[in-house]
Amino acid sequence: MNIKHLAKLANLELTEAEMVKFQDQLTAIMTYIDKLSKLDTSEVEPVSQVTGKVNTLRPDTVTPSLNQAEALKNAQRQHNGFFVTKIEWK
Amino acid sequence: MEINTITISEARQGLISGKFRAADLVQACLEQIKKHDRRIFSFITVSDSEAREAAQEADKLISSADNRKRLFEEKPLLGIPIAVKDVLSTRDLRTTASSKILENYTPVFDATVVARMRSAGAVVVGKTNSDTFAFGASTENSGYGVTHNPWDLDRVAGGSSGGSAAAVAADEAIFSLGTDTGGSIRLPASFCGVVGLKLTYGRASRYGLLSMASSFDTPGPLTKTVADAREIYTLLAGEDLKDATSSSVKKTYTKKKSINQLKIGLPTEYFDVGLDSGVRKTVLKAVDFFKDHGATIKTISLPKTEYGVATYYVLVPSEISSNLGRYDGTRFGKTRDFFEGEAKRRIIIGTFSLSSGYYDAYYKKASQVRALIMDEFETAFRDVDLIMGPVCPTPPFRIGERVNDPLAMYLSDVYTVTVNLAGLPSISVPAGFSDGLPVGLQIIGPQWSEELILDTAEAYEAATDWHKKKPNL
Repeated sequence: MNIKHLAKLANLELTEAEMVKFQDQLTAIMTYIDKLSKLDTSEVEPVSQVTGKVNTLRPDTVTPSLNQAEALKNAQRQHNGFFVTKIEWK
Repeated sequence: MEINTITISEARQGLISGKFRAADLVQACLEQIKKHDRRIFSFITVSDSEAREAAQEADKLISSADNRKRLFEEKPLLGIPIAVKDVLSTRDLRTTASSKILENYTPVFDATVVARMRSAGAVVVGKTNSDTFAFGASTENSGYGVTHNPWDLDRVAGGSSGGSAAAVAADEAIFSLGTDTGGSIRLPASFCGVVGLKLTYGRASRYGLLSMASSFDTPGPLTKTVADAREIYTLLAGEDLKDATSSSVKKTYTKKKSINQLKIGLPTEYFDVGLDSGVRKTVLKAVDFFKDHGATIKTISLPKTEYGVATYYVLVPSEISSNLGRYDGTRFGKTRDFFEGEAKRRIIIGTFSLSSGYYDAYYKKASQVRALIMDEFETAFRDVDLIMGPVCPTPPFRIGERVNDPLAMYLSDVYTVTVNLAGLPSISVPAGFSDGLPVGLQIIGPQWSEELILDTAEAYEAATDWHKKKPNL
């Protein structure tokens, strides 16, 4: 488990101390999880929806939503009604 | 008797008869919070002025009603104080998910489950503490502090809905809302001696719940009695078009079963060597009630139980890693370095399980084992009506005992996670005490069988007085 690589994939900045602590904790967890390999699942369909629901639709009608002020309310930074984000120029 | 110690039904009776007003009820709860919450810490945010205002509005409606009974039929929770777990959005009331990353976040809308409580007239007295983003079994992973068990302040209240359970146990609110993804309503309910009902997945809308694991999360009630839990279940259940996974299933159990018609399964795996002897004794004594009243008690085997925690801790962190991708500090919240440690851990586990080269061995594999676990329950329920057992292998543990060993903490969930993997309903109902600490009886049913579970739990509750006991605060 390459914690540095995974942190990068997950857009998480970890401190050196966290990297060390997590390495041990997560190794223990993943070792425990490896018990799943003992089960034969060769003929089993994976499941992610437990109540059998498929393709829920609702009428394509316009209903009131948030106004601009509401939508921007919790942003740390806003400019002229826009959310402000970081840009990385390469 | 202090009126904050009563149930929803009793509160409604008192309001209809004019014995007290909504303002008195809310005042009693706010006073209890002021008196005890510094030591318990059920609440991250107390909404004092909004609650008083809402109580005043409720009292106006009540005093001006031609027919109070009819008013309370339309608004059955009018004026009744509710505490809401801080992972559920409350309009204009700070919602933190018990994480520092959302310390200053105020939703502009209510979660559907909150909206349903409000339109029934309930008064929100505050937002309760939980493990950060509901990640935990003890409420020790909160970014704001630990919730202490009202029965023993040196011990955990359980998690992740610890604040919601403690608030009800300590009579700081008449009832509360929590969420159950891997046991997070049932476990704190068991630890705090209150009723905790996990609904069938999809029964209650997840709209406005700060998502943890989208195929597992289930909002639900924590209450003082089974009758109160039934009432909230009825108000919460029902399809919501804003949640594509919410269910339109209205049916409940077709056959009403009295105790002597019930076949109850006790899985050997739920009573093995890992189970604390005091918990075992208490739970088996509760099961004896059903035996004494004519139910058939069958020993059954659920061999996949030992794979539940492993399966859960692949699938849930995977869904977490995806759901928490939205917290990038742009539209809301602070930057990702403000996540608590448990959030970072789960994001990394999930990212790993979904990553290229590992997806098949972890995420796909766990999804297949999930199917096996669902099948195992389905087979068991052809043979028995309900499954009973403990909620947790141990009584409430000491604060600090497990928090530095995540794997040990995860193993607290061994009797609860398979229920979430299969989307089943389950209740924790107070079953007594072991060395002075509450112990809950878990009753699990097939999907959509909440009515049967509630009827069964209510019969047990009627024959006992655990629900009348209060902690010595």
